[in-house]
Order: sequence, then structure tokens, then C-alpha cells
Amino acid sequence: MPNKGEVELKALVQSSSLPIKKSCLVRLKEDIKKFKIVYMMALPVILYYLVFHYAPMYGAVIAFKNFNLADGIWGSEWVGLQNFMEFFNSRYFTRLLFNTLNISLNTLVWGFPAPIILALLLNELKGKVFSKTVQTITYLPHFISLVVICGMIQDFTSEKGIIVQLLSVFGFRPQNMLNNKNLFVPIYVISNIWQEVGWSSIVYLAALAGIEPELYEAAKIDGAGKLRQTLSITLPGLIPTIMVMLILRVGSLLNVGYEKIILLYNELTYETADIISSFTYRRGLQEFAWSYSAAVGLFNAVINFILLILANTISKKMNHTSLW
Amino acid sequence: MKIKESVPQKIFHKCNVCFMVLMIVVTLYPFMYVLFASLSNATLLMAHQGPLWFPIAPNLEAYEAVLKNKMIFSGYRNTVIILAVSLMLNILLTSFGAYVLSRREIMIKKPLIIYIVFTMFFSGGLIPFYYVVTSLGMYDTLAAVILPSAINTFNLIILRTGFEGIPVSLEESAKLDGAGDLTILFKIMMPLTLPTIAVVILYYAVATWNAWFHAMIFIRTRSLYPLQLVLREILIGCDTSIMENGADLGEAQAVSETIQYAVIMVATMPVLMIYPFLQKYFVKGVLVGAVKG
Repeated sequence: MPNKGEVELKALVQSSSLPIKKSCLVRLKEDIKKFKIVYMMALPVILYYLVFHYAPMYGAVIAFKNFNLADGIWGSEWVGLQNFMEFFNSRYFTRLLFNTLNISLNTLVWGFPAPIILALLLNELKGKVFSKTVQTITYLPHFISLVVICGMIQDFTSEKGIIVQLLSVFGFRPQNMLNNKNLFVPIYVISNIWQEVGWSSIVYLAALAGIEPELYEAAKIDGAGKLRQTLSITLPGLIPTIMVMLILRVGSLLNVGYEKIILLYNELTYETADIISSFTYRRGLQEFAWSYSAAVGLFNAVINFILLILANTISKKMNHTSLW
Repeated sequence: MKIKESVPQKIFHKCNVCFMVLMIVVTLYPFMYVLFASLSNATLLMAHQGPLWFPIAPNLEAYEAVLKNKMIFSGYRNTVIILAVSLMLNILLTSFGAYVLSRREIMIKKPLIIYIVFTMFFSGGLIPFYYVVTSLGMYDTLAAVILPSAINTFNLIILRTGFEGIPVSLEESAKLDGAGDLTILFKIMMPLTLPTIAVVILYYAVATWNAWFHAMIFIRTRSLYPLQLVLREILIGCDTSIMENGADLGEAQAVSETIQYAVIMVATMPVLMIYPFLQKYFVKGVLVGAVKG
């Protein structure tokens, strides 16, 4: 039995806190009333993300079901982890994981240093006009559509293509290069570098422009040569940018897009070219194994998420920079 | 005062310039090759060995074949329609989103940022996305190409960063004069961030122009194909049979190669033409985007 004093105290606390701490819903209502137009602007944006991003996330539950169109997402039979188990035990699992990592790591190892080197060399150019021209031209391929790029790759690497002709001077056996499973990854990686090296160098050029000129002046007075300046001033100035870019790249290590793969691969190169995302596309939308490929896709998405969060946390700790 | 360069430095600078010239050649030559090949005589091109420095027996046959082709024409038309509708939707929704996220005092700002940014980290995957879009009745309509890419989160963040750079005092004085949110957005925010808006429009335009995947999975009716999907059919699927009729096999193969090159030129021309003039805007976007969101 609570005594009178306690009851009074409770009432007092309640009454005093009420005007300050209104319930969330009430406050939201007032906020909406106050900023009616702003909330109306937010509505279509919220709706867009709800329909095209969050509804598919909800739809991912078909990975745990035996989905068929007639019963819909809700009505289909629940099978738990069966689809995942089937994937993990299939011969595809190791192949897809290996290919995805292989393509991703090769792109990272060969493609990551290239724009840094380009930026450093561009920075050493004396003619500003010449430097700008090189930049403008090397950025260009970034804007050409993937379909066109892959069409060009296909033409150039066909048996009579220009690249095969040039390589045959060095004793390369004329062949359709895209049908050779050993050449898929080099073609993919090299064309990637060709298309993106200029565009990726922008970030580094900006970082280079941000290095204070006084540092170079001081170094010159101390008698440091050009090489010494590059090693002791330029590179350290670039390190933070390099770290952020590197960590983010590592974060998306298993997040390799399917578009270029689908445009370039064929049955002859599946063994080295087929990656998790292209497999999801083929199984799901060409062979209609909905639940199975949704499970593969979800597995990939979860791993990507974990890697990205890890990368972001590390980046935050090291550089106090993060995506959010 | 100019300090004299040492010999190794001179050599380095010479090599550097040579390397940059090489970069230019490596970047541009593939396009030059496509241009020259598209203007060449098909049979002679087949017989030609080694690099091409000018068109062989120049003629416009391949371009005539491409321009006569109905699919190329309808592809162009569809892409222009998609581009016009998409851009209006893109810029309207993105500026709405950016405006809401740049409000300092609003309650849902934080939850909304989390709600939006989360989608950059996690996605339901291709299959559920496909199911959602088709079950909304968008299958085989242009809506399936337009609506799912109505907002790009990166572009939204770029624009929000732009809006946040506008001094609060401007907005406050406008409010005192009785301006509502729509007026502030369209009459103050957008005109003051015009360069950023240009960047965002360009990014959206290039993405829409180059997009092909959603069209490939959602659109069945061939007369609705956007340009890139037509291109894919011709370039990757090697499906030039729609272009020639009645040629024997050897000749058909030879023709198809020049036609493929001509198709590439026709489809890439708009980008190549506007690119040099707009290049500085493109670059600006990267740097705005690099500022954390």
C-alpha cells in the first residue's frame, strides 16, 4: 500500500515532466503542423525509398521460402535455411566465391595504384594547359556506356581484332580472346583501368592541390631535391586520401557488379568469369529459381554489409573520416 | 628567379611528357579506330592488318545502313523520352530530399538520413527488386526504367551539401518577407547552387543515357527498347541480321563489322560532343561528393 506522500510525489513528478517531455507522437504531430510543406516534400522521397529499396529488403524473405508466384511472398512455404544450404553445398559456391575475390583483388592490386601514379605524374607536368588536356582526355572513357565499351572490347579482341593483331607480333596465337577462360580476368581488369584511371585520379589531384606550397619552399631552402620532396612531402600528404579510398575499396571487396560481367562472359568462360552477382542474375531471371538465387543474393548482401561496416569503423578510427 | 634543372630532372620531365602523350594516344586511339573503321570499305577492312591511321576507301555505307534501321531510330526516341521524364523526376525529388535534409530544426532529419543512407549499405538483392517492380504492374513499361532510378543517393548527398553551404541568414530574411518553403527552395536554394544542380543533372543524364540493365530485365516489347539495349543486341549479341537483308554470309559478316563500328559512333556522338564543354562540371561533382555526407 503506497502512502499518501509517495502518491503525491508521483503526481508531482508526472505533472512537472509532462509539459517538457511530451510523447514522441504528439511532438511529431506538432512538428508536422509547423513544417507542413517540408513534410509534404519528404513524403515522395520516403515513398521512393520504401518502394524501391525497403520493399525489396522485405521481399528478401523469399530466400527462406519455397517461393512460387501463385502463393506470393506471404503464402509460400517456409523452408528455413534450405536454399542457403543448397548453395553452400553446391559446386558453385567455392567457384563463385573464388572468382568474385579473384576479379575484385586483381582490380584492387592493379587498378588501385594506377590513378595515384597518374596523379603524381600529372602534378609534375609544367605546362598547365597540357596537364588540363591530359586530364580532360583521360576522364572521357568514364562517361562512355558500358555497352559500348564492351562492344569495343569484343570487336578488338575477336580473332581478327586489332588487339589480337598487335599481340600476334609478339607470337600470340590468334584466337577469340573472350572465349579463352584464362584471359577473361586480364581483359576485365585492364579495360577497367583504361576506363577509370583518369576519373579516379581526380580525388588524388585534389589532395595534391591541397598540400601547402610553403612546405616545398622550406624543403628547397633545406636543400631537398625533387625526389626527396616527393617522398617527404607529397606522399605523406596523399596518405590520408589513399587510406580512405583503400579502406572503402576493401569494404566492397565482394561487391562486384554484374553488368560488365554479363556483357563480356559466355559459356566458355563461366569457369573464371562467373561471379556471385552474375550467377544470381542468371539463376533468378533466366532460369527462374527465385528463392535459390534470392538466397545467394542475400548471402552476398549480408557479407557486403559486414565488410563495409568494418571498413567504415576502421576508417573512422584511423582518419576520423567515414561515410556517415 | 629560376633555378636551373639538373640533368636527371630534365630527363624525368621529358619522359613524363612522353608518358602523358602515350596516355592520350591509348585513351583516344580506340575511338579513332572505331571512327576510321566505321568509314572504311567493309571488305577491305576485313583484309587489313595492323593499326588503322585513316579510313580505307572512305564511304558512308555503314552509316546509311544504321540510320535506315528502325530499331536504332526507335531506340534513340525512347532514350530521349526516358531522359526527359527521368530528369524532371530526378531533379524534383532530389531537390525535395536535399531540402528536407538541409533543414536544421526538423524532427525527422536524423531518422531520415539513417533511412536513406542505410540503402547504400544494404540491398534486398536483384530478385526481390525484380519481384517488387513487376508486381507493381510496371513490367514491360517505361515506368520500370524510370521510377526505380528516380533518386540516386550520392547525388542527393551532393545536392544537400550544396544547400547546406547557403548562409542561414538569407533564408531567415526571406522567411521574414513571408516566403514559404517552396519559394525558398525554388527561388533561393536552387538558383544559388546552380553549379551543383548542373553537376547533379549531368550525373543523372549520363547515368540514364548509359543505362541498359533495367531495360533488359523489364522490357519485352522491342519498340520500347532504349538505345543502349538496341546497342547491346547489335554489338554483344552480334545480331546484325536485323540490318542486312539478302547478303550472302561472307559479305554479311564483313558488313556487320563496319555497321557495328558505325553504331558505336552514332550512339556515342552525343556524349563525345557535349563532354568537352561540360567537363569542368563533372569534375566538380567528385569533389563535392568527396566531402563527407
